[in-house]
Amino acid sequence: MSTYRMHLLVCGGTGCQASESKQLVENLQAQVLMAGMGNEVQVVTTGCFGFCEKGPIVKVLPDNIFYVEVKPDDAEEIVNEHVMKGRPVSRLLFTEPSRNEKISEHKEMPFYKKQVRIALRNCGFIDPENIDEYISVDGYQALGKVLTEMTPEALIVLMKKSGLRGRGGGGFPTGLKWEAASKNQADVKYIVCNADEGDPGAFMDRSILEGDPHTVLEAMAIAGYATGARYGYIYIRAEYPLAVHRLEVAIEQAMEMGLLGENIFGTDFSFDIVIKYGAGAFVCGEETALIHSIEGERGEPTNKPPFPAESGLWGKPTSVNNVETFANVPPIILNGAEWFASIGSEKSKGTKVFALAGKVNNVGLVEVPMGIALREIIFDIGGGIKDGKKYKAVQTGGPSGGCIPEAGLDTPIDYENLTRIGSMMGSGGMIVMDEDDCMVNVAKFYLEFTCDESCGKCTPCRVGNRRLYETLTRITEGKGTMEDLETMKELGPIIKDTALCGLGQTSPNPVLSTMKYFWDEYVAHVVDKKCPAGVCTALLSYYILPDKCIGCTACKRVCPVSCISGEVKKIHEIDQSRCIKCGACHTACKFSAIVKK
Amino acid sequence: MRLVTIHINDKELTVPDHYTILEAAKEANVNIPTLCHMDLGDLKAVNQVASCRVCMVEVAGRRNLAPSCATKITDGMVIRTNTPRAVKARRTSVELLLSDHPFECLICEKNQKCDLQKLAADLGVRGQLKYQGSMSTYEKDVSSKSIYRNLDKCILCRRCETMCNEVQTCGILSAVGRGFETVISPAFSLPMSETMCTFCGQCVAVCPTAALTEISCIREVWDVINDPEKFVVVQTAPAVRVALGEEFGMEPGTIVTGKMTSALRMMGFDRVFDTDFGADLTIIEEASEFVHRLQHGGRLPILTSCCPAWVKFFEHQFQDLLDIPSTCKSPHEMFGAVAKTYYAKKYNIDPAKMVVVSVMPCLAKKYESARPELTGEGVSNVDYVVTTRELGMMIRESGINFVDLEDSQFDNPLGESTGASVIFGATGGVIEAALRTAYEWLTGETLEQVEFHALRGLDGIREATVKVGDLEVKIGVAHGLGNARKLLEAIRSGEANYHAIEIMACPGGCVGGGGQPYHHGDSEIIKKRTEAIYREDAGKQKRKSHENEQVMTLYKEFLGEFYGDKAHELLHTHYTAREKI
Repeated sequence: MSTYRMHLLVCGGTGCQASESKQLVENLQAQVLMAGMGNEVQVVTTGCFGFCEKGPIVKVLPDNIFYVEVKPDDAEEIVNEHVMKGRPVSRLLFTEPSRNEKISEHKEMPFYKKQVRIALRNCGFIDPENIDEYISVDGYQALGKVLTEMTPEALIVLMKKSGLRGRGGGGFPTGLKWEAASKNQADVKYIVCNADEGDPGAFMDRSILEGDPHTVLEAMAIAGYATGARYGYIYIRAEYPLAVHRLEVAIEQAMEMGLLGENIFGTDFSFDIVIKYGAGAFVCGEETALIHSIEGERGEPTNKPPFPAESGLWGKPTSVNNVETFANVPPIILNGAEWFASIGSEKSKGTKVFALAGKVNNVGLVEVPMGIALREIIFDIGGGIKDGKKYKAVQTGGPSGGCIPEAGLDTPIDYENLTRIGSMMGSGGMIVMDEDDCMVNVAKFYLEFTCDESCGKCTPCRVGNRRLYETLTRITEGKGTMEDLETMKELGPIIKDTALCGLGQTSPNPVLSTMKYFWDEYVAHVVDKKCPAGVCTALLSYYILPDKCIGCTACKRVCPVSCISGEVKKIHEIDQSRCIKCGACHTACKFSAIVKK
Repeated sequence: MRLVTIHINDKELTVPDHYTILEAAKEANVNIPTLCHMDLGDLKAVNQVASCRVCMVEVAGRRNLAPSCATKITDGMVIRTNTPRAVKARRTSVELLLSDHPFECLICEKNQKCDLQKLAADLGVRGQLKYQGSMSTYEKDVSSKSIYRNLDKCILCRRCETMCNEVQTCGILSAVGRGFETVISPAFSLPMSETMCTFCGQCVAVCPTAALTEISCIREVWDVINDPEKFVVVQTAPAVRVALGEEFGMEPGTIVTGKMTSALRMMGFDRVFDTDFGADLTIIEEASEFVHRLQHGGRLPILTSCCPAWVKFFEHQFQDLLDIPSTCKSPHEMFGAVAKTYYAKKYNIDPAKMVVVSVMPCLAKKYESARPELTGEGVSNVDYVVTTRELGMMIRESGINFVDLEDSQFDNPLGESTGASVIFGATGGVIEAALRTAYEWLTGETLEQVEFHALRGLDGIREATVKVGDLEVKIGVAHGLGNARKLLEAIRSGEANYHAIEIMACPGGCVGGGGQPYHHGDSEIIKKRTEAIYREDAGKQKRKSHENEQVMTLYKEFLGEFYGDKAHELLHTHYTAREKI
């Protein structure tokens, strides 16, 4: 990288590519060549910057200028103005909404200010398809160090001391997992990288694999050394073509350079990695189901114990670790366990990547130290609630996480705290909801997901969740009873207590947590037959306010069932018996004369 | 084996460390209800998927309840099986299952024989169900002659899947779909008749509900019995007489041959004959075929062909070996052929008006009797096959007090049998019976010690070398199609070298057949039936098939020489390579 005087880093993550960042890269390259600066300026396609809300992102180094929402047509101006004349293109800079001022450096942006990037350290910085760039940022040094300077035992001690816990959701200490696999003797052992990211809206694993695939390969080899495993499998969703491609490129490059394969770094240690595609079943993120899927069996969990560390893939000791967990490993080895353990909370060390989504201003991927308050993530990093609406809840932990109300916003985030308040860490999904979201409907939505994704093996998950979902459906349709609420309160904890795998053991969380924190909303649905948020169509009606209606006929014209009557310049009226509650009139009215109640 | 000390409900006990909580509890005389769990002991069929979540118990230090069937004990484990939490969870699992189960117990095929029904009763589920909602419903599969699939009643215990895949290695039934829509099905939702299913019926034998039952022909049989135009002949397989009593609450292993014949006569059958006659006939033909192959350099080993599930299995799976099984029809088919020719002629009965009903421990026999090549002059050798269970039902329907019936004998001439034919009902029995005859034929000596104990027992694959004169005859026995597959693969690869092999599809042989009274997971029942089979043999005066006088008369009066042309025409068959899907 040193031969160029300037680098234009363009996000090549899936989100930005969907917004034509590929074309942008081509245009930038063409403009640079046209300007005759092909030897001075390099255009680099990087992984995700995280600030997906404002993509595509272009970052200019060494100036540290951060452009947002860049279109392919902006290439000319960036090259002509910034690259050639040193004048940053002001209109492409990020505008901080609270102060309405342009910010040029990403470090100054609230979105990045509170982030601490360990797992995502190279995302948006290096070209993921070029192993040299990874090596230039100390890549494969950690592997070199463990193979030449450390015993597997010392490595495990180091990992245990670091306090790193599984980032896939379980939070099991990584060092202990490796230790268990290392202690079980067998002719062959395996390392499995769980890249079956399935939580709706979560994309941290994808971003890491797209932005920094080598770090995962390196960490898998390190895990192989620690446990005595000779082979590694990456189980990745087939719906992640870019991540798959970059992994394939990375494996090939690492093999070529002898960083994977036989006798790595001239030692006795050999390690090979195979990619296995998942077909997109959510439950295959559960480690035993994942293992069965790799084996070609139905992706269905089995009872634990035995844990995979004892009897995993093909019945051999196996350590299954998540992508983000792996991404933390090389920095821990290079910077030391104490360094890592100094970040985070008492029981949860290091950072966690969250996929911030929903009704929040800055949607994207954020990496924050454990122990940070939810409020800081949502209001400081996330920039608060969209359109100035009122915060209602945040749902963490994916479809089987819980909803946390206003009162829980100052909870320091770590594994224990999130579980204590009825949610969970999960893989790091974080969906923000505002006053327009109906919590009963939200619970129903998540239950529908877990019902769809249940493997159907155990009774509580297969039938129990279905009964919860049906009850929620009845409630949102205004057919619920107080008895239904009591039944759900009773059934939910039993499902959690008896289900076979993590999916079923957590799936009632959305119902239980919303019942706990938003009980009034349930009662409103059941007793008053009203949906306070105005979401459940069966429970709401559209009315025309006589004092606001000017008789423009706009509503009457869009009504698909012609249930609005009224003449021009006269007050209109909705026939409630025929209204299908589609909301078209509400959208069409320019005078706020139509309200839903 | 290491011993560990654990506590179950405050009782301390020391047990081997490989035990599950359930096994340990049994030892402590603590009853934990189960549903999906199944362990057939020596028959080596274990279903440990822990899917029903009924046997949940509390384990100190564990966050969640543990399924006792699939959780191994550890030293110092403290288990409580009957806390309110565990009892409530257990009950909830059953209530949830019931909420997706048709409420037709009164008219259900499995009424009073259903594990789910019993469990619900034992757990005190009464009155209204706590949980209600949508019910799964699927098209009923009546495509085959043997197995009726009504998945509305399936509780996804996966026992059938374990039997079909792990024990029988047929791979027909497995879970398909997910969530509430999960269903046990053949690939591509094919009807059973279009699959490689062998109709062994082991799935039916272990199904806790009526999701899998037999295709019944009780009504049809009553119709022919009640038709004055028809001459209805019934024959009963050896394994039926040692199991039928269970249908009437009798101790497993009770021999009820005499009561059975009395009942059959009371039900209105015109003649009550014995499939054992056909079994003795089979031995004459099969032993002749064996001796013929041996003396004429024919292909060895010879494989027995009495088991129709086994026959269908090799037709699908070992198409290259179709020339090694014996061409002998199975005993009840031989019987049918003889009844409709020899017997009909001798007693001047119009074969077209004769109906042969077989009472079998087997579901594949239903399929077999409809195989097109097993018909004579356009008439099936056997017209109807009812299972031991169906016979039990018919006897109950008739209002017969079975337990107190007087014994009676089979009718003649097709009712005579030897001990050799009785042991057809247990694994190893056919080959032992064949050996009793072949030995005498090959050596010209009288066999004094007729019992070949090396061929008996429940090991999946057994072998023995028997000295027959100068010849060392190497014999193999397998029961369960998974074991059969291993043996056949060893033959195909040339590793195994046998003279003769007996294979039975069902674990334990016919006594463990898919049409037998439900054993509800208790393999001791199958062992007791086996013991009864050998008891019946030991009690017989004649224990070698060639000592069956009526069989000899049959050859003299009708068939001519053993393994001759007439015998070939009536008693032998051929095999067809079948699709592999």
